[in-house]
Amino acid sequence: MHTSIFANHKNKSIVEIIAHIIFVVCALVAVMAVFAITAYMIINGSPALFKVGIKEILFNTKWAPAAAEPHFGILYVILTSIIGTFAAILLGVPVALLTAVFLAEVAPKKLADIVRPAVTLLAGIPSVIYGLLGILILNPLMYKLEKAVFAGSSTHQYTGGSNMLSAILVLAIMILPTVINISESALHAVPDHLRSASLALGASKIETIFKVVIPAAKSGIISAIVLGVGRAIGEAMAITLVSGSSVNAPLPFNSVRFLTTAIVSEMGYASGLHRQVLFTIGLVLFVFIMIINLVLTGILKEKEED
Amino acid sequence: MTGSIMHKTHKLKDHILLFLIYLSALFSVLVLVCIIGYVVIRGVRNVNLTFLTTVTSAIKQTTGIAGNIINTLYIVVLTLLIATPIGIGSAIYLNEYAKGGKLVRLIEFTTETLSGIPSIIFGLFGMVFFGTACGFGYSILTGALTLTIMILPLITRNTQEALRSVPESYRSGALGMGATKWYMIRTILLPSAMPGILTGVLLAIGRIVGESAALLFTAGSGFVLPKTAIGYLKKIMESGGTLTIQLYLSMAKAQYDVAFGIALVLLVIVFLINMLARGMAKKLQVDKK
Repeated sequence: MHTSIFANHKNKSIVEIIAHIIFVVCALVAVMAVFAITAYMIINGSPALFKVGIKEILFNTKWAPAAAEPHFGILYVILTSIIGTFAAILLGVPVALLTAVFLAEVAPKKLADIVRPAVTLLAGIPSVIYGLLGILILNPLMYKLEKAVFAGSSTHQYTGGSNMLSAILVLAIMILPTVINISESALHAVPDHLRSASLALGASKIETIFKVVIPAAKSGIISAIVLGVGRAIGEAMAITLVSGSSVNAPLPFNSVRFLTTAIVSEMGYASGLHRQVLFTIGLVLFVFIMIINLVLTGILKEKEED
Repeated sequence: MTGSIMHKTHKLKDHILLFLIYLSALFSVLVLVCIIGYVVIRGVRNVNLTFLTTVTSAIKQTTGIAGNIINTLYIVVLTLLIATPIGIGSAIYLNEYAKGGKLVRLIEFTTETLSGIPSIIFGLFGMVFFGTACGFGYSILTGALTLTIMILPLITRNTQEALRSVPESYRSGALGMGATKWYMIRTILLPSAMPGILTGVLLAIGRIVGESAALLFTAGSGFVLPKTAIGYLKKIMESGGTLTIQLYLSMAKAQYDVAFGIALVLLVIVFLINMLARGMAKKLQVDKK
């Protein structure tokens, strides 16, 4: 063995050994937590799948848990979460990426010193506050839009503005800080000589940013987007009241339920099979999150290998 | 002026893109300004001493959030008491003891995974594990244990970062003078890493204060103040809604005045924590220089 002073085995008293063991146990808490969460989500989420039938739950659109002949189809709920997240990313990411470019490449220091803390503060605002403002600012606006769009329609069920579109807008805003922060660090990590080379070849500053710096920061920006997806699909309290309260097809002016909001709004009173199905919804969400996590780890690994 | 041919051909496109960049940054700031402005304007007339120091009661005709403030404090303190030692211990293991290998990769992977799990999943897990399986029911303890898992990655990551910034010479210096490893960690490493650790703790407080989905089905929604000293002790095992939960419940009942009052209180807390964390981070940078 090496006998460096860093590993003086003779002096290892009992206290040292105990300290070491305690630190190992602390480190293992995270491992145990992830295993416990996975186990409990599967144990609580899968019974309903077999009782109701996998096809009947996952691929049926009829949700009537309290009816005399209950139906537990969550296809619309799953689709709402997927489409809602996708739309929020589509709206939020361009704004976030350009803001990150502003902070990392364009802004004079004084302006950056105003925008950056604002973004940090945006990240710290509790999601219920986003929900509160969503109800009182966005929903009335969307209601006006709804009335304009469906003027004369006799079949449309008015939502009063609590609809898919409002929820998407709230989500798009809520992912901004996450995507901005991670993309900004990715842009900062691009070595300066790439910029100098591009500028020296005659490209303008903007061309350099969009054709050299952003492509060079690609993997970091992609992980920012993936994190944004995770944030959007997992958000619950901000959109519970904003998105309306019934399960419908994920169309812009429909009142909809997301995976998260279905759990929040019904877990309080659900019992029996209904409650088990809500856990199945939780399991579906958990599977989505795990896939997102694995994708992210894959991206980060690839980046390290580069 | 510079009359380079390169500039002329791309000027228009460049200007449009630059305009969009400024517009995006402006939008991000405007969103924040709107949120703060709206909450302050609608909240300020609802926040007064009675609102902050009484409990909502139909008999006494009062509307107040004192109970929720106390509950929030309980949850913050209890969560930090459990999570901070575990998070710091975990970071010390990863940084000072571990020598790579499968176990370390597993620990780092799970820590990463934990930070990506949405709070509603923590809420479900906390409800069935701490609430039902451990038998703590809807209580502040259940809520605090649930949040412990949630903020663990935050504290671990920040402590690791802080430990990494302690120069290697401190370690070899202490060990070279005959200090044992635990003694070195206790007297040299932890004090030097303290500002970084505190930043992590502050961020964790912010996260706890703003959390709602993980608490709705774990800590419940009680809002009354305990009446006796023993009541304050028992409180840990009783249901207690934090400020965010009360905000959500008020908003669901369309009591927007109460909701905005709480929103303003929350914004002030978040703002203060943010300022403190920024101050701490600045101090950290100065120290490094």
